[in-house]
Amino acid sequence: MQSSIEVAAMAGTLESSDAQVTVEPGTKGIELSIDSSVMNQYGRQIKACALETLERLGIQNGKVTVVDRGALDCTLKARIEAAVLRSEGVSESNIDWGGAIR
Amino acid sequence: MIPRPKPERFRLRRTMMFMNAQKPSLIKDAYIYGADTIMLDLEDAVAENQKDAARFSLYHALTTIDYGDTEVLVRINGLDTPHWKEDIRVAVAGGADGIRISKCESADDVKSVEKQILAAEREFGVEEGRTLIMAALESAKGVVNAYEICCASDRMFGIALAGGDFRKDMHVKVTDTGIDIMVARGLILLAARAAGVQCFDTNFADFKNMEGFEREVRQNRKMGFDGKSIINPRQIPLVNELFSPTKDDITYAEHLIRSYAEQFARGVGVYTVDGKMVDIAFIKEARNTLKYAKKCGKYSGDLDQVGGEF
Repeated sequence: MQSSIEVAAMAGTLESSDAQVTVEPGTKGIELSIDSSVMNQYGRQIKACALETLERLGIQNGKVTVVDRGALDCTLKARIEAAVLRSEGVSESNIDWGGAIR
Repeated sequence: MIPRPKPERFRLRRTMMFMNAQKPSLIKDAYIYGADTIMLDLEDAVAENQKDAARFSLYHALTTIDYGDTEVLVRINGLDTPHWKEDIRVAVAGGADGIRISKCESADDVKSVEKQILAAEREFGVEEGRTLIMAALESAKGVVNAYEICCASDRMFGIALAGGDFRKDMHVKVTDTGIDIMVARGLILLAARAAGVQCFDTNFADFKNMEGFEREVRQNRKMGFDGKSIINPRQIPLVNELFSPTKDDITYAEHLIRSYAEQFARGVGVYTVDGKMVDIAFIKEARNTLKYAKKCGKYSGDLDQVGGEF
């Protein structure tokens, strides 16, 4: 697993209950930007969930943009994981279910 | 992780509702519609370039959403695609109750899937043999091989006809009477019953046509199907209702069992109830009706327990 995002990638949609996550290269640690319709109530939770997921995936550098449409934590996690693994070109098979992905 | 009870090979499966595993708005509250089984779909509902993303979505849905008593199955991609092995890994790792094989055509197809499931159960520390299998028959070849497919694995609980692809293979279109796939329905029912597994009819795609739908469901029930694939939640209540025993069925079954208890005490084997001759076979059937009614939540008495082993 890489510790920095080297290739831009995206996962998710802008449909209700979903989140669209984009990851791009960066060198200044994790630069997380969140756009959510429920920012006031859930902003902190979304941020914590995103950072925790990125940490589990071993990502230390990269720009991560979350456009949230009311996603549950489990959906947000799924979208971040898909985007990061797509960026690394390893999203299709031999996924570490229950390990890095949990 | 939400622990799920050990899957039952034979249980109530009147309605099997298909949900795109890639759509969070659907899967997060899929169980509220009252289907006996939810089918989280990695196959046709998911676009080719979203197969990877759908698995992450599926994994977290399986491990974090409490589906209660609703059975949760996963429809995997066909064995002719690069996707199916990873589909099995994620379904087993997530603790799904079973796998639906798409476009199944032979016992070998079932055995290939079974082998991957076992490997995944070992890899992820899931109890060996826990994950069930059902097969969708979507081609003439699949229907002709129905019996060997039904017998190919101890995990197999049933087969379903998948009308869309099957009709294409047969060069026929949907008809009002169902004549287009009537032979296939009959064949797979025979195969399933001969093998002692369940049998499910194809979905009814024109979900605005409730009249045609009801006609088809009534016919399904009369033919002996155990349930039906559902593509719209609106279709669920009708199928659940029509696949449950009626009040009259239940009353008659109770009457039969009570009469049997009386006659048996007097040493009589064959006698008449309401002017019709009955024997032990009727009593077994009546008891099954009450057992089934109980599962459907339509019967709460104890006559389904009467008689011990007939």
